[in-house]
Amino acid sequence: MLIPFFYQLRAGGMKTSITELLTLYEAMREGLARHSVDEFYYLSRACLVKDESQLDRFDRIFSAYFKGVEDSLRDLLQDIPEEWLRRQAELHLSDEEKAKIETLGGFEELMKALQARLDEQDERHEGGSRWIGTAGTSPFGAYGFNSEGVRIGQSGSRNRSAVKVWDRREYRNLDDSVELGTRNIKVALRRLRKFARAGAADQLDLPDTIDKTARNAGMLDIRMVPERHNAVKILLCLDVGGSMDDHVRICEELFSAARSEFKHLEYFYFHNFIYENFWKDNRRRHAERYATLDITHKYASDYKLIFVGDATMSPYEVVYAGGSVEHWNEEPGSVWMQRLLRTYPKAIWLNPEPRRRWDYMPSTKIIRQLMNDRMYPLTLAGLDEGMKKLR
Amino acid sequence: MAAMANSRFQSTSSYVATDDLTIAVNAAVTLARPILIKGEPGTGKTQLAQEIATSLHKPLHEWHIKSTTKAQQGLYEYDAVARLRDSQLGDDRVHDISNYIIHGKVWDAFQSDQQPVLLIDEIDKADIEFPNDLLRELDRMEFFVYETKQLVKAVHRPIIVITSNNEKELPDAFLRRCFFHYIKFPDQQTMQSIVDVHFPNLKKTLLAEALNAFYRVRDVPGLKKKPSTSELLDWIKLLLAEDIPPEALRAEDSRTAIPPLYGALLKNEQDVHLFEQLVFLNRRSGNTPGR
Repeated sequence: MLIPFFYQLRAGGMKTSITELLTLYEAMREGLARHSVDEFYYLSRACLVKDESQLDRFDRIFSAYFKGVEDSLRDLLQDIPEEWLRRQAELHLSDEEKAKIETLGGFEELMKALQARLDEQDERHEGGSRWIGTAGTSPFGAYGFNSEGVRIGQSGSRNRSAVKVWDRREYRNLDDSVELGTRNIKVALRRLRKFARAGAADQLDLPDTIDKTARNAGMLDIRMVPERHNAVKILLCLDVGGSMDDHVRICEELFSAARSEFKHLEYFYFHNFIYENFWKDNRRRHAERYATLDITHKYASDYKLIFVGDATMSPYEVVYAGGSVEHWNEEPGSVWMQRLLRTYPKAIWLNPEPRRRWDYMPSTKIIRQLMNDRMYPLTLAGLDEGMKKLR
Repeated sequence: MAAMANSRFQSTSSYVATDDLTIAVNAAVTLARPILIKGEPGTGKTQLAQEIATSLHKPLHEWHIKSTTKAQQGLYEYDAVARLRDSQLGDDRVHDISNYIIHGKVWDAFQSDQQPVLLIDEIDKADIEFPNDLLRELDRMEFFVYETKQLVKAVHRPIIVITSNNEKELPDAFLRRCFFHYIKFPDQQTMQSIVDVHFPNLKKTLLAEALNAFYRVRDVPGLKKKPSTSELLDWIKLLLAEDIPPEALRAEDSRTAIPPLYGALLKNEQDVHLFEQLVFLNRRSGNTPGR
């Protein structure tokens, strides 16, 4: 009976392998889960799930499979951003009420109440995540705490018993398709670092030479290694203020990940688009400026250039002299952009706006053209793609 | 295997193991497969191995991984330089290469005369290829010493506990060979039993207040490093040492009071700053958001 479950897991996008299934069988044969379904749940989880980000997915599939209950509420639930739902529950229910709902299993009641509220506020009805959580509509949704108040996917009211463990979905906030955390960014950025260490074997490797000589009973055996590029050099230019305020958190995460990942990281801020000046301290942006030309002269062309910005502005700000919202620019931003790109052939633009919105913004289109299409969404996948382009 | 059935891992007098953890550990013990433990820092991952060893009365071998650790070092090292020196000095030992083979932790564990517990701590600190280099060793529990042409095989398959802090992703092939358990952050009830285990004579009121204050701090949005179990335990230790009365922890308005000795809970300068700012803001605006 486990084989269909196994395929269900794989269909649900889990990377469970045959080895792991066999391990589960073996563990069952040893009588490790004899007494209750809970034990079986724990055991199968330990055998089949190898990443905490998959735990939530596993819980859902387990719940769906072993109850054989088609969750009548699922269609409704799909469309509700869970964060919002949870907040509603927290706002509208007291602790006692929540406890009551838990014991009575009156989940449907709760859902009804919430649906009523949903109808009133239809504009929050976005999200449209598929059943297997690739929601990812909002990178800021990661408040990260699980409320016991609302448990999606539960159909506990049918059996008036205590809530099943797997239905509590305690690992909700660990599903990696939802959150783009600092650690994930680091892993993505690391791809860049790894590649930067290649080169020709032209340096003496002293420890290895000693080692090989000793193994060779004292006959000298010279060993060479490729020179190590100290680290990748990064110029990070961040758009601040205005429409970027919505994306502050993700930019912060990117920034802090990049800071700890790259030894040679220089960062500069700009507003909306690139002109003749950057600055490093937002509080003193009018006093302390760094001329773009100075930057191109100071940092050699082996620096890799990463822009982070939503590329959302009036097209005039890009292509016209004097188009800047902040000052009179003698030359259009696009000229400055081209200068930068000439100096730094390795450059990408990371855009926190979702890709599907890019085409609606003329400025985004123009910038994409300027960047030779090297614009990537600021998500894990996008970051990955971008890093590949950079190396 | 039958003999093992009566020696199962359970919560001990110094460690609270939840049901799911117990089952995962017992599965790993019974099938003699490695178990990989992940979880927030400070939730007792490293301690688990010690507790398994004590509760099952088995010797413990600890292998702490650093960023420079190589998989080979856990198996054995060939001290070529010592041999070179000996050969220059005409030492007789030089003729037997096995004199220069230094056993690693894994070798020690494999040779133990009763089934040992082997802790591989913080495997994610090592190089990204580290776990791949240990695949055969963990699977077959044997390795080959090239210098002496000797096959080292585990006398008793050790119970291998591997911890990870998630700094690097581990390769699939490695994960497939392990059981996995994620220690989630304990709920208030579990936390209570954890504290009870560590401070059996703690006054009930102090504990309740301390836990409330603790979860309040954890709930502050935007903290970079949320206080974890080990920080809570340290904090309670401090509270006891300073003899802070429970009343001091009970704030009329939970949002406007800074718990005493909060330095033990917040380890990050920015967090402390943020926390103080929030409290200050709440005080000034004087609002008391109902919970």
